[in-house]
Amino acid sequence: MNDRLIEVKDLCKFFKVGKGNTLKAVDHVNLYINKGETLGLVGESGCGKTTCGRTILRLYDATSGQVLFDGKDVSKMRGKELLEFKKRAQIIFQDPYSSLDPRMTIGEIIAEGMDVHTNYTAKEKDAKIAELLNSVGMKEDFANRFAHELSGGQRQRIGIARALAVNPDFIVCDEPISALDVSIQAQVVNLLIKLQRERGLTYLFISHDLSMVRHISDRVGVMYLGSLVELTKSKEIFENPRHPYTKVLMSAIPVADPEIDGEKKRIEIKGEVPSPIHAPSGCKFRTRCPYATEVCAQEIPKLREVKEGHFVACHHCNEE
Amino acid sequence: MFKYTIKRICYMIITLFAVATITFFLMRSIPGDPLASMARTLPEQTKANYYAKYGLDQPLFTQYLMYMKGLVHFDLGESILYAGRSVTGEIARTSPISGMVGGTALIIGTLIGVVLGIIAALKKNRWPDYIVMFIAILGATIPVFVLASLMQYVFAVKLGWLPASGWGKPSNMVLPVIVMGFGSVATYARYIKSSMLDTLGQDYVLTARAKGLSERAVILKHVLRNSLLPAVTIFSSSVVGVFTGAFVTEKMFSIPGIGFYYVSSINNNDYTMIMGTTVFYAALFIIMQLVVDFAYMILDPRIRVSSGD
Repeated sequence: MNDRLIEVKDLCKFFKVGKGNTLKAVDHVNLYINKGETLGLVGESGCGKTTCGRTILRLYDATSGQVLFDGKDVSKMRGKELLEFKKRAQIIFQDPYSSLDPRMTIGEIIAEGMDVHTNYTAKEKDAKIAELLNSVGMKEDFANRFAHELSGGQRQRIGIARALAVNPDFIVCDEPISALDVSIQAQVVNLLIKLQRERGLTYLFISHDLSMVRHISDRVGVMYLGSLVELTKSKEIFENPRHPYTKVLMSAIPVADPEIDGEKKRIEIKGEVPSPIHAPSGCKFRTRCPYATEVCAQEIPKLREVKEGHFVACHHCNEE
Repeated sequence: MFKYTIKRICYMIITLFAVATITFFLMRSIPGDPLASMARTLPEQTKANYYAKYGLDQPLFTQYLMYMKGLVHFDLGESILYAGRSVTGEIARTSPISGMVGGTALIIGTLIGVVLGIIAALKKNRWPDYIVMFIAILGATIPVFVLASLMQYVFAVKLGWLPASGWGKPSNMVLPVIVMGFGSVATYARYIKSSMLDTLGQDYVLTARAKGLSERAVILKHVLRNSLLPAVTIFSSSVVGVFTGAFVTEKMFSIPGIGFYYVSSINNNDYTMIMGTTVFYAALFIIMQLVVDFAYMILDPRIRVSSGD
């Protein structure tokens, strides 16, 4: 499978919290991303989406497991190889306000990555900055301004331009639109789609906005309490979700047409998301799952292929 | 920008005027006067002549106007206690001594404090952090006079390495600089640590790491630069503290600095000296604030625009 750019195997990221407690933010996650595609990663707040994205980029060191980038183990990279990885894999952050250094001009922010990875002359750099600003739909004279002078949408475009500055192949989009106004969200998402077509980028698109994920993703992964519960093609997951949690999640998507919305059945579940520090044994969703049986409490369900390209982690999900 | 500067200078003058006025009347409300003790034994006429010489026979408000008139012309008058010495001259003679001791202490103390703060932040909850915070707590809690006596006892009396007090040789400066600098070390270590921890949690630090910058470049270029900014504010008051905060230290080490004279002028009700030094301190403080505000504008782009008009 040479067209896999990213392959994540049994990735774990645990944080020590207080005395002897461990927060399992990412718990044995397995997934892969093909070259040129967008993998959407959805789930509730605190389910480990962001940590997963950051661990893949080695912004956090993984507790265990592997991230293969072009077949090479990211955690074993050193020196030049690591630098090359940092050039090829970039990230766009959720918060466009705190992710830009307030003491630097936009030009400096965009140029800093280039300084690390390329040997452009000052002139080439200026030209490149202007080109990048244009490609995210901004004028080149923004280069001399500071982040605080810009609106949220403009800042997020700078965040995108900054990530593109080093010509990456892979970008983790970590909730890039959740801090923006609805009117700006579509612009930014369409910009991301346009850039992907032009440059052949691969995206990991993290979001809790299901409609937006459906719009941009080729495949979608669903996370619950640090574990991946379902992974399949975008169309399939919205039309034929198999995991009980995914079913609940999909039934909660609001529909624009009130007549259809009225007919739609919304599945309701009881209780709150358990604390990731004291997660339930076995299947983590069992405490809220209507189909839970004894086996769910004893065995952790493995992600298995129930249909070609459709992976589900549930004991009660039969193969088709 | 120009308009802003003019505005600030006008405010400065008003503040100074208020400080001078308040000090003048507060000082005069203290019982006794500079001539009281020595004039008791003098004949009536001589006494009256002395009072007339310093204008102390005039109504209070007239004296106030006279003083203000002098102040406008930068004439702070003559010391009452030390006849023939002008207050301006005394300040010019004693403040460089204070500045030298205090300035050295501040620079060395700040540098050490900043470095310790950085170490504490980067090694949070490990032994370097604990050691630094222990030093910081000591520095914040041990009174200057205790530290000064301890230093004098250990290094001058017991070991005999350094002179206990006095002024004139470079070795005279070592102990006072350590005593005064210790406070700066403590203040800046704590301040920089919390400021660094705050900055380290910002997303733009993660952005810098994502760009592929080395950890050193991330710390120096992004974390430290943004963490030093809040420290600029306390630095301004520390600079004034170089002069004001040195009362005790100068007294204990017999350094003929401005703090030493300020204390003795208050003890003797030396009106012109008290007024002169207070106005000097106030002016220094206000000027430092202006300098800091300008420094902020240079260092922090976010302020540059909003305060331009």
